[in-house]
Amino acid sequence: MIRIEARNSPPMLLKVGVPIFAAFVSLLLAAIPLAFAGANIGTAFVEMVRGVFGSVFAFSEMLTRATPLIFTGLAAAVAFRARLWNIGAEGQLYLGAMAAVAVGTGVLDVSGIILIPVIIIIGCFAGAFGMAVPVILKTRFGADEVVTTLLLNFIVLILVQMMLEGPLKDPMGLGWPQSSPILDQGMLPVLLDRMRVHSGLIIGLILALVLQLLITRSVWGFKLRAVGENIAASRHAGIRINRSLLSVAVCSGGLAGLAGVSEVIGLKGYLTADISPGFGYTGIVVAMLAGLSPVGVVVAALFIASVFVGADSMSRAMGVSSYLADLVVSMSLLCVLIGGFFAHYRVAWVSAPAKVKK
Amino acid sequence: MMDIFNILISESFWAASLRISTPLIFGVLGALLCEKSGVLNLGIEGIFVAGAMSGWLAVWLGAGLLGGVMVAALTGALFGLIHAILTIPLGLSQHVSGLGVTLFATSISYFIYRTALPNVTSPPRIEPFRPIDLPIISDLPFFGPVFGQQTAMTWLALLMVLVVWYVLYRTPLGTAIQAVGDNPNSVDAQGLSVYALRVGAVVAGSSLMALGGAFLTMSAFDAFFFGMVNGRGWICIALVIFASWRPGKALLGALLFGAFDALQVRLQTEVGSFVPGQVFLMAPYLLSIVALIVAARRADYPRALLVPWFKGER
Repeated sequence: MIRIEARNSPPMLLKVGVPIFAAFVSLLLAAIPLAFAGANIGTAFVEMVRGVFGSVFAFSEMLTRATPLIFTGLAAAVAFRARLWNIGAEGQLYLGAMAAVAVGTGVLDVSGIILIPVIIIIGCFAGAFGMAVPVILKTRFGADEVVTTLLLNFIVLILVQMMLEGPLKDPMGLGWPQSSPILDQGMLPVLLDRMRVHSGLIIGLILALVLQLLITRSVWGFKLRAVGENIAASRHAGIRINRSLLSVAVCSGGLAGLAGVSEVIGLKGYLTADISPGFGYTGIVVAMLAGLSPVGVVVAALFIASVFVGADSMSRAMGVSSYLADLVVSMSLLCVLIGGFFAHYRVAWVSAPAKVKK
Repeated sequence: MMDIFNILISESFWAASLRISTPLIFGVLGALLCEKSGVLNLGIEGIFVAGAMSGWLAVWLGAGLLGGVMVAALTGALFGLIHAILTIPLGLSQHVSGLGVTLFATSISYFIYRTALPNVTSPPRIEPFRPIDLPIISDLPFFGPVFGQQTAMTWLALLMVLVVWYVLYRTPLGTAIQAVGDNPNSVDAQGLSVYALRVGAVVAGSSLMALGGAFLTMSAFDAFFFGMVNGRGWICIALVIFASWRPGKALLGALLFGAFDALQVRLQTEVGSFVPGQVFLMAPYLLSIVALIVAARRADYPRALLVPWFKGER
């Protein structure tokens, strides 16, 4: 008979190997929808690789795509570590983006050294607010944060559309629902000449390192992990659960808000209601592929961004629907989940206990 | 105020409320069935999309409306089975698995739709369900126009409320499903299979969810659009908590919700010049959050909800 045995702690090799294997399997599985769409599978994979590594521009596009995913991936990883289910990164991203255009488009006309930090901080606050509300609803009223954060995503997106037709509308925008442009000195510098990859990426990398240290080395990180692993024991140990959850929420929401700030002042320069093609939701996949480790998030974000950029370029070249990228990303989440099972449990074949002969 | 009163007594308002409620009734019942057995199914949003797309595609390919409904239900069952396998025997996080199923079901539906219809600008239409003219009911004052405007799918949704209620509260199977969501060890001790009961409930619940999606493309509209589900699945998850996991209250919750939505659309035409239209668009989501806040503390949670169970482990 089959018996499932828990491993005491999964070996490091499995912890790192499983997500890599899952990512690989999900890419291989892409062959099925490609065949369904009638494309030549070999050519399609070559096109995908070329779409990411074929030129400096292609690679820089991948890095540009990875930048918001690092932020939303970190947002999900931090929250999920504490078993706080922040599914609202999409909404918090837009709150951050709205805050960025609210202060960055001329209200505050100061030099960039002041303006950029102000935009970043206010964007963080907006995102943090977006996650603090559901956590307060959870701790005060017992309202499940999964549902509230999911619903808030819709509310915030409608709010963005309302603002873009109202107070944030660009008077010179020829009627398009978009905001005024961010002041020139408020824009983050680009990293490479004539490319779009910007210094938001550097901020993301630094934050990933800082969070890695905070989670593994600080008291705050210890409390966060304790609350995530055993809430009753943490309470017994004297950790103030509600306060701990709120601090995690502020951190997670702030990171998601930064994703919006970075897209607006690093890439687009103005706000529209479609700056995020689901970066908030994809951040969850990134975090899970990363095993909820902040440094892992960077690697996972680069992988997912490669899938998107590679599949986009392949789609254009071969006429396959670009929803293929979303399909591969979602399959990678399911694969890493299944892989996680095998990392934490051993499936053992146990022979039935021998019957005692009389 | 007079306007609101006039709206509330109009037949078209109640007919619209029932129509808007229909997908929610399917969705709430489906989510309720899963959760009663102890499994939260956040795959609901994606299963709605998959049900909407597959049902529509089947009809468009010539399967007929009944065939479309069956294809949608089977599609829902299939995605439910994925969630069931991941969360029940494997005991993985119900939150993450559900979101994974939503992302997977949504992206595969969009991919198949785009691949089947590569170059269409306006979505092709099908001949949807027509309202059923019932012999006696149609002649009644008020009730006639309200119920006479509904399609077979709305009647199916109302019938499903009865079926789910009956199965859960009047059959041994229902007792077992409820027990498995409250105390799986007791069910195991009775010699029943916890796995089989939970998998069965999740698969059945997921096909109900898919019917909610199918209603959108086969009864409410006659085509499939990207983003047409628009959070209805998540609203259902909130409504289950509001209903405290009771099928009757779930129906009531869905109807109240539908009535409110129908009311806001009508109010929009009355006061649309003073209030931005988006305020009305936000209303359903805000209302769901309010419902959650009101109901969360006194909700009667299935006690083993979200708790994985492994055979031979106590």
